[in-house]
Amino acid sequence: MSTHVQTTGNQSLRTLLLFLGMALLLVWTGWAYNANLALIILNMGLISAVMALGVNLQWGYAGLFNIGVMGFVALGGLGAVLTAMPPTIDAWQAGGLRIVIGLFIGGATIVIAVMTYQRLPTGPRRGLITTAIVLVGYALFRFVYVPGTQAVEAVNPSSTGYLGGLGLPVVLSWPVGALMAAAVAWVIGKITLGLRSDYLAIATLGIAEIILAVMKNEDWLSRGVKNVNGIPRPVPYELDLQNSPEFVAAAANLGMNAVTASTVFVRLNYSLMFAAVVIVLLVLAQLALNSPWGRMMRAIRDNENAAGAMGKDVKKRHLQIFVIGSGLCGLAGAMMATMDGQLVMSSYQPLRFTFLIWVMVIVGGSGNNFGAVLGGMLVWWLWVMVEPISQQLVGYITAAMPEGWLRGRLTDVAPHTRLFLMGLLLLLVLRFSPRGLLPEK
Amino acid sequence: MLDLINAGVALLNFIIIPATAYGAQLALGALGATLIYGILRFSHFGHGDNMAFGTMITIGFTNLLLGLGITFGPFPTALLALPFGIIVTALMMLLMDRTVFRFYRRRRAAPVVMTMVSLGVMFIMNFVVRFGIGVDDVLFADGTRFIIAAREFRDWSGLDEALSLRMTQVITVVTAAIAVALLFWFLNRTRTGKSLRAFSDNEDLALLSGINPDRVVMVTWIIVAALTTTAGVLYGLDKSFKAFTYFQLLLPMFAAAVVGGLGNPLGAIAGGFIIAFSEVIVTYAWKKVLTYLLPDALAPAGLVQLLGTDYKFAVSFAILIIVLLFRPTGIFRGKSL
Repeated sequence: MSTHVQTTGNQSLRTLLLFLGMALLLVWTGWAYNANLALIILNMGLISAVMALGVNLQWGYAGLFNIGVMGFVALGGLGAVLTAMPPTIDAWQAGGLRIVIGLFIGGATIVIAVMTYQRLPTGPRRGLITTAIVLVGYALFRFVYVPGTQAVEAVNPSSTGYLGGLGLPVVLSWPVGALMAAAVAWVIGKITLGLRSDYLAIATLGIAEIILAVMKNEDWLSRGVKNVNGIPRPVPYELDLQNSPEFVAAAANLGMNAVTASTVFVRLNYSLMFAAVVIVLLVLAQLALNSPWGRMMRAIRDNENAAGAMGKDVKKRHLQIFVIGSGLCGLAGAMMATMDGQLVMSSYQPLRFTFLIWVMVIVGGSGNNFGAVLGGMLVWWLWVMVEPISQQLVGYITAAMPEGWLRGRLTDVAPHTRLFLMGLLLLLVLRFSPRGLLPEK
Repeated sequence: MLDLINAGVALLNFIIIPATAYGAQLALGALGATLIYGILRFSHFGHGDNMAFGTMITIGFTNLLLGLGITFGPFPTALLALPFGIIVTALMMLLMDRTVFRFYRRRRAAPVVMTMVSLGVMFIMNFVVRFGIGVDDVLFADGTRFIIAAREFRDWSGLDEALSLRMTQVITVVTAAIAVALLFWFLNRTRTGKSLRAFSDNEDLALLSGINPDRVVMVTWIIVAALTTTAGVLYGLDKSFKAFTYFQLLLPMFAAAVVGGLGNPLGAIAGGFIIAFSEVIVTYAWKKVLTYLLPDALAPAGLVQLLGTDYKFAVSFAILIIVLLFRPTGIFRGKSL
C-alpha cells in the first residue's frame, strides 16, 4: 500500500515538472522569437490536446486503433461552417428543397435495402432484390438530388454557391461539431467495430478519406475546395481594437504598440477559451477513468474475453467509447475552424491530422489523460519549431559548402525535417519508453 | 454493327486498357503488402513510402544511365535501372528490419504494436524521399510513347472512335505478369518459397521443423522490395512520380489486399484488378458508349457518370467496407489472425 502511494506521489511530481517544463518552453519561444508565435503554438497545442484526449480515450482506455482522426476533425470544421455562417437564402430557394428530399430518398433507400436484406431468406433471390432496390433508389436519388445541387452551386458561385449555415454564434458550433462527428462515428462504429485491430485501422483510414472526398466535392454543403472564409469570431477583431481609444490607451500603458497588443489580446482570448475546454475535458476524463466505468473499459482492453465472460457487453462499450472519442476530435475540429476563421479543405492531410495526433498520444503516454495533453502541446511545439530551428542549422552547415546537389537538397529540406523528427521520436519512444513521458498508473 | 464496334473501341480505350494497367500496378503493390502481412504479421503503413523510395532510387539510376549515354531503345531506360533500384531498396528494407522491426518480432509484440511502429517508419521514409527528390512531379518515361496512336488508328480503321495504346501500358502488364509468374513459381516450387509459406501458415510448426526464421524474414523483405519497386516504377512510367501520390497509393493497395483476403497472394492480384476496374467504371462518363448502343430515342441526356472522378479513393474504400461486412476475411479467405 505504501509503495503505491509513493509511486503516485512521484507520478504527480513528474506530471507537474513536465508541465512546468512545457510552460517554460513556450515562454522561451515568446522571448526568443515573439509573443505571437508562442500564443499561436499554445492555442493550436490546446486544440491538439483535445484531439489527443479523444484518441487516448479510444486507444488508451479501450485499445481501439482509430486512424481516421482527420475525418472527424474535418467534420467538426464543417460543424463550425454550418452553425455560424449566414444562410444563403437564394440558394435555399433555388434548390434546397430538392437536396433535402434527395437526401431523404437516399437515406430511405439504404434503410429499405438493409431491412429487406435482413427479412428475406438467404439465397440468390435476396441479393437480387436488394441490389434492385439499391439501383432504383440510387437512380431516383440522383434524379431529385443532382439538379438541386447544380441549382445551389450556380447561385453566385464565387462568393457563396452553397446553402450556408444557421447564422448562430460560433461557440455553439463546438458542441454541434462534436455531435456531428459523434453521429458519423456511431454509423462507422456499427459497421467496423466488429473487425480486428488492423482491419479497424485500415477501415477508419479509408473512411476518413471518404469523409474528406464528400466534403471536397459536395460544394453545396461546404463550398468544397473553394474554401469558406470569414467564419464569424467569438472574440473581438484586431481592427476594432486598434480603433478603440480605450484599448490603445491601455496598450500604451503597458508600453506596447496597439497593433501588437491587439493581436496578442485576441490570441489570449482564444487561449483562455481553449484552456477552459481542455481543463473541463481533463477533469471529466479523469473522473471517467477512475470510475467503475473506467475500470470496466480497461478490463475490456486488457482482456476482452474475460470481460465478456464477466457479462460486460464488449461491443456496446467499444461503440460507446469510439463515439465519445471521435466526438472530441470533432470538437477540436470546430475549435480549430473557429480560431482560423475559415475551412480550407486542402489543408486536411492524414500526416498532419491523423498520424501526428498518434505521435502525441504515444509520446505523452497512452492511457494517461495528462500525458495526452502534454503530448499534444509538446509534439505540436516540436512540429512548429523544428522548421525555423533546422533552417538556422542548415544555414550554418551550408554556409561554407560549395554549390552542388547536396547543398541544394539541404536548403530544400528544412520544412521536411519535422517528418524525420516525428518518425524518430515515435520509434525511440516505442522502443525505449513504450509507456510514454507520463505512464499510465 | 458499326455502332457496336465503336462502342467496343471506346470501352477498350477508356476503361479496359487504363484499368488493366492500373490494376496490374495495384496488384504488385498489394502483393507486397499481403506478403508482409502474411509472413511478418503486421500491416505496414510505410508501404506507399517504400514504393516511393524504390522509384526514387530507380529514377536516380535512370539519370545515371542516361548520363552515360545508355538507353534501352524503344523501351524506357528505367527498366534497365530497375534491378539496381530493387537492390538498393532491399538493402534499405533489411536495414529498417534490423534497426526497427527485429526488436519487436523477437519479443513477439502484438501486431498492433508493429503497425504503430510502421507509422514511425512511414514518417521517416516520407522524409527520406522528400529529401532525396523533392515534392514535385517527376517524369522519367522515355523511348517510344505509343504503340497505337489515336490518329493512326482512326485513319487505318475509319471508325469514329480512336484507340490509343501506350508503350508504358503494355510494359506494365507484361512486367507485372512476369513478376507474378516468378513469385508463384518461387513460392510453390522452390524450397525457400515453401518455407515461406509454411512460416506464414503456422510459425511455431515451421520453427519446429527447422526453418530458419531470420532467413525467411530476409527473403520476404527482398521479395517485397522487388515487388514494391517494380510496382512504383511501373506506376511512375505510366503516370508520373510524385511523393505525395505514392503516399496516397497506400490506400487502394491496402484495399486491394484486404478485399482479396490479407495474406493471400492470389487474392491480392484479384483485389488489385477489382479495385482498379471499379474505380474506373464508377467514375467514367458512360454517355458515349450508351449513345452508340442505345437507339436514338433512348440516348442519355446527362453524362451518365455514377460518381465524380474525385471520388476515386472513396470507391475503393466503399468496396473494402462492403467486403468486410459480408465476407470479413476477403474474397479469397485470407487470415483472420
